[in-house]
Amino acid sequence: MLLTPEEWEAVRLSLSVALRSVAFSLPPAVLAAWLLARGRFPGRALLDALVHLPLVLPPVVVGWLLLVTFGLHGPVGALLNEWFGIRLVFTTAGASLATAVMSFPLIVRAVRLSLDAVDPGLEAAARSLGAGPLDRFVTVTLPLILPGILSGTITAFAAGLGEFGAVITFASNIPGETQTLPLAIYSATQTPGGEATAAKLATISFILAVAGLLLAEFAGRRLSLLLGRLPR
Amino acid sequence: MLDVALTHRFGPKGFALDAAFTSPTPGVTVVFGPSGCGKSTLLVAVAGLLRPQSGRVELDGTLLLDTATRLIVPPEKRRCGVVFQDARLFPHLSVETNLRYGLRRAPRGAEGPGFEEVVALLGIAHLLHRRPAALSGGERQRVALGRALLSRPHILLMDEPLAALDAPRRAEVLPFLARVRERFRLPILYVTHALDEVDQLADHLVLMEAGRVQAAGPLEDLSTRTDLPLLTARRDGGAVLSCTLLDHDPARGLSRLGFAGGDLRVPLREEAIGTALRMRVRARDVSVAITEPKGLSVQNILPATLESIGPAAPHEAMLRLRLGNAILLSRVTADAVARLELHPGQPLWALVKSAAFSPAASAESAP
Repeated sequence: MLLTPEEWEAVRLSLSVALRSVAFSLPPAVLAAWLLARGRFPGRALLDALVHLPLVLPPVVVGWLLLVTFGLHGPVGALLNEWFGIRLVFTTAGASLATAVMSFPLIVRAVRLSLDAVDPGLEAAARSLGAGPLDRFVTVTLPLILPGILSGTITAFAAGLGEFGAVITFASNIPGETQTLPLAIYSATQTPGGEATAAKLATISFILAVAGLLLAEFAGRRLSLLLGRLPR
Repeated sequence: MLDVALTHRFGPKGFALDAAFTSPTPGVTVVFGPSGCGKSTLLVAVAGLLRPQSGRVELDGTLLLDTATRLIVPPEKRRCGVVFQDARLFPHLSVETNLRYGLRRAPRGAEGPGFEEVVALLGIAHLLHRRPAALSGGERQRVALGRALLSRPHILLMDEPLAALDAPRRAEVLPFLARVRERFRLPILYVTHALDEVDQLADHLVLMEAGRVQAAGPLEDLSTRTDLPLLTARRDGGAVLSCTLLDHDPARGLSRLGFAGGDLRVPLREEAIGTALRMRVRARDVSVAITEPKGLSVQNILPATLESIGPAAPHEAMLRLRLGNAILLSRVTADAVARLELHPGQPLWALVKSAAFSPAASAESAP
């Protein structure tokens, strides 16, 4: 299957955007999952709803909210531009941000599920053995939720490859800059004679998505075995 | 000295704990009571894993908790080695890393048994490279005990460490607990609802019921009190005697034990002469006679004085018998009391079958 340089560029850009989005959303997602699973504080229900919002909102609305917030005249975007000269709209970084926001709940859900499966008694035992809060998290909780973190990350990566609505709204459809796979497919379908390109790119999307899901499943199981969570 | 006073209420109408006791250290203090009496709550509060609404915990002059002055030492700084009922080994770490978890976090200069010593004592050297998932229940508890011991604790807290094990596994782990008790001069607070664990381990006993301490004191003293139904109303209730092994008679298949009120013949023991043993003489195994009986199979016929007659079950009475400096309890029918015209001060003969001490009989009495 031969791809033109422009098509390769879309594939490369999709991978890059998805990778960056995951790197960006993973730490706050783990923190949010931990707060939701273990925290007892007012506003927990609100945080829960907020985290899940990207799952239920139309992606275009998420993109629009980002545009309003991080646009050159938005409250955050204006400051970023003024202080650091960072521009997010219509850039690859912006596409990554939009993708990160969309896949955030996917990671939170996966991490939270595995956190719920960790016996709080183990953390209590670590505590009685002299481990402080950070020590307990790093040596007991984190290793035990690694399978969840990993499968959440891979799922978010695979989903991030195909993020369309939020990206096109916030970052637009600029070849080589923000035109990821789904955007390239969309453009191809809008171009006379673009059917072959659309078919090729769609096939690649399909392969990447399936590979991502299989990898997530496999890696999760492998890790669980390694961590002694499942009997050998 | 371990000094504990705690009150805690779970919810406005929930279970209320209001318990206080003082026990000597080092030594094993067993908190004994039925399920749901609050004994485990008491233990986690001493460990600091539960913050009671009010209370004070002092161990050998160090305050761990004093709500009056808002002093609350966090559990990770209390240096209480906790052994939980469900072991709670870290599943992602090898047995060896589990064992060293507390050791690595103990303050420099803290003294305690060495790694090799603990591993040898608990017989877990062959398990070091395994994962907890590959251990049996008994092995897990031994590793958990080792992990707690190696954290250089000032006190060991054990929360029904044998309750989740079946009878053979319990029998496997109990001797190790006894060994730890003998070897390390550590204060131990041990929570259980099994009387055989009390007999094997307790120096000091705290009886709990419905969130309150019913009585506290040396095991031998409490076991002969007739006002504690928690102990004496049980089928296996009875006086606990501190004995010394005097001699073996392999030809007759008997060993002779000396106690403060005379000698006791029991089925042949394996221990060396001079060993200190603790025997529970169940009240239902003790009968009395008003004249010295002859021609009986019973091996132990001991002169005694009837101190008091207390109530037991309906139509039954609990006799408190004095033998020298020791006390025995005897559970008889109310009819026997009337028929023999038993009265306090009366000289009697206490009869105890040797077969009542056979190991099979004591295994049956385990709950």
